[in-house]
Amino acid sequence: MFDSLSTGFQAAFKSIRGKGKLTEANMRESLQTVEQALLEADVSYSVVQSFMEHVTEQALGRRVLLSLRPDQELIRIVHEELVKLLGPVDNSLHLKKDGCTVLMLCGLQGSGKTTTCGKLAQLLMEQKVRPMLVAADLQRPAAIEQLKVIGKTLGVDVYADLENKDPVAVCQAGVKQAQASGAQVVILDTAGRLAIDETLMGELKRIDRKMSPDQVYLVVDGMTGQDAVNSAGAFNEALELNGVIMTKLDGDARGGALLSVKQITGVPIKFIGTGEKFDALEVFRPEGMASRILQMGDIVQAAREAHRIVDERDREEMERKMASGEMTLDDFKNMLEKVAKPGLMGKMMSLLPGMGQMKELLDSDEATGGIRQTIGAINSMTAQERRNPKIIDAQRRARIAKGAGVQSPVITQLVKQFEMMKPLMQGMAGGGTAERAKMLQQLQSGNLMNDLSMRGMKSKKTTGKRLSNDERLKLRKRREKELRQAKRKGR
Amino acid sequence: MAFWKGKSQAPDEDPPPTSLLARMRTGLRKTRDVLNTDIRDLFKSEGRLVDDPFLEELFARLIRTDMGVGPATTLRDQVAEEFRGRVVKLEEVLTNISRQTEKMLSGQSNALFEAPSGPTVILVVGVNGSGKTTSIAKLANNLHRSGKRVLLGAGDTFRAAAVEQLTVWAGRIGCEIVTGPPDADPASVAFRTAQRAADEKFDVAVIDTAGRLQTQTHLMQQLDKIRRVVGKQVEGAPHEVLLVLDATAGQNAISQARGFSEVAGCTGIILAKLDGSAKGGVILPIHQQFDLPVKFIGLGEGLDDLAPFDPKSFAEALF
Repeated sequence: MFDSLSTGFQAAFKSIRGKGKLTEANMRESLQTVEQALLEADVSYSVVQSFMEHVTEQALGRRVLLSLRPDQELIRIVHEELVKLLGPVDNSLHLKKDGCTVLMLCGLQGSGKTTTCGKLAQLLMEQKVRPMLVAADLQRPAAIEQLKVIGKTLGVDVYADLENKDPVAVCQAGVKQAQASGAQVVILDTAGRLAIDETLMGELKRIDRKMSPDQVYLVVDGMTGQDAVNSAGAFNEALELNGVIMTKLDGDARGGALLSVKQITGVPIKFIGTGEKFDALEVFRPEGMASRILQMGDIVQAAREAHRIVDERDREEMERKMASGEMTLDDFKNMLEKVAKPGLMGKMMSLLPGMGQMKELLDSDEATGGIRQTIGAINSMTAQERRNPKIIDAQRRARIAKGAGVQSPVITQLVKQFEMMKPLMQGMAGGGTAERAKMLQQLQSGNLMNDLSMRGMKSKKTTGKRLSNDERLKLRKRREKELRQAKRKGR
Repeated sequence: MAFWKGKSQAPDEDPPPTSLLARMRTGLRKTRDVLNTDIRDLFKSEGRLVDDPFLEELFARLIRTDMGVGPATTLRDQVAEEFRGRVVKLEEVLTNISRQTEKMLSGQSNALFEAPSGPTVILVVGVNGSGKTTSIAKLANNLHRSGKRVLLGAGDTFRAAAVEQLTVWAGRIGCEIVTGPPDADPASVAFRTAQRAADEKFDVAVIDTAGRLQTQTHLMQQLDKIRRVVGKQVEGAPHEVLLVLDATAGQNAISQARGFSEVAGCTGIILAKLDGSAKGGVILPIHQQFDLPVKFIGLGEGLDDLAPFDPKSFAEALF
């Protein structure tokens, strides 16, 4: 129990102490890692470049809080910025209060427009809105048939005209019929086309001009690579996009193209498609997507949790107390409680350099049990005792032990440990750099963890001056003299 | 510079300095040693100093092809090692890289396997929307035109109207097709296709499958079943399992190649949608890792828009 407690304490302490600020030097490597991660997630090169510049700017000079290494803090910032860039969330389809809202879907071939049409129809019906689908894909064989089958499955009307070869006319007729039949939303399923196909892009522009749809959504395949900037850019230029839907995210694609598309178009991301079933359309959540793109979810999670449990004010207060040596058992308990949160301990430990095996140890019930026991013991003390543990005598000790349900030596040990830690912390929190480094070394050297009785630890701030034999002799003589004097007086 | 050499060369032979750069370097080493300067620079009337901005630009060009961070980094570092501090033209460096790419991709045959006796069975697989059905139509048209008797198998019984889509194509090509009712077991359609191809002495049977993501284990197992049932009908079938990759796909294509190769035993790739602005560079790491030859490229929605893969033009179009 003792060693794990010490380790936990060390973790908590280091967390709160932090490790200074983010600088170009301590960020360089991590920035490279992040850049690589983004490129591997298929974020377009130019987007990665501007994003990395932005992140560096944001991160420089930021204090590294509870996250234990600068790179963890950096990744948290990267995640935060990714979320910002992917947001803000706007999942509304902006349906008109009355009349018929016209939605148009467009995109490359095979991006999933027709399936998404079905999914949107399903979503609308769930909201008690009556949709109608218009089969405006006159290119691909049986695309009309596909939409009809979807309509039949969902019980949604589909307008199709097998004879007509002009998508503009089909759309116009479709909307007219929708209005007549009282549908509240019309979804136009346009043909897939390449962004560089001028004829087909011209056709799309014509539909856009004639129909002036209320909302135009670009459907993007989640597996798209670097080309996403080009295609999304072209669609955005040809049409006024109102939103983006990314499909096929139920696989292992990281979907970095979404970042490119968002950067280029600037329009909100509405939904993501996560399956072939019609209910597999999820509202877009930037947090989840950012983690997916970065694939450093665990680190981000731990770093965020760390931020959550100790806010800046707490931290400064704690640091001040440590530096002045005013730490009480109460403060100690607070720290332990923060560290003992389920799951967090392990996460924090795994973030510490070279602490891999410690994680296992700390994940054990024994370790958290030990911390709980200590917290329990402190809880059984009076306020006075917590402020000044020196007053704990045998009688008090027995009472505390009974209250906490432990043997009284545990209490002795706890008090001893706390008293030993105090100067250490003071040294680290307030002392000069050299002294702090020494203390850290002592903490990390393993003495603390291996030597159960902590005998090996120096608890004094300095070891003091080394005395020569002569000096020691003098001192002893003086002490003996004082003792004799005291005896004489007492008599 | 040939970071992908490993696969295609036998490990015991001493790799000759095949790359142009390497050859040039060997040839010029002596001169350089004497002059203590690089003679190649003397001939350069213009060009750029190979420094960090240069290398960054090169890296950007490489990344844009979708070849991925790993290969792009290797190539960049090799160029840095060979040319740093010298004056070169970026375009020349890129030309060189494409030549090597070409060489690497030329090492494999892109011809379709033909069964010695009985019908050749081709199974076509891929993720949703990659272009399987269209590619099958184009492939069938190609074979039909070359005088082969082609039978199509509409094995995508899942997606709405996929069967109709292939039926329309079969009508346009003028070839036979085997279909099943919607939601039928695709293996049964495949079985009947193989059976009919054998019985009626078709030359080639091309079987469509529903799009599936490589992570959907149960659907991937279905491919294994299809393989087994056609194998029972026709000896050695499927003779070809073609993976259709979308040229606009990014690094996930590697995962697709891995997933489909493992379960369906792919023998080649059809790189669809190469007529857009996407480069399809992801086939480089795929070649490196799985040694899957690209057999055809798709260049449009028309029946004739399928071409045999040509490493030279592909490599030239990369940058």
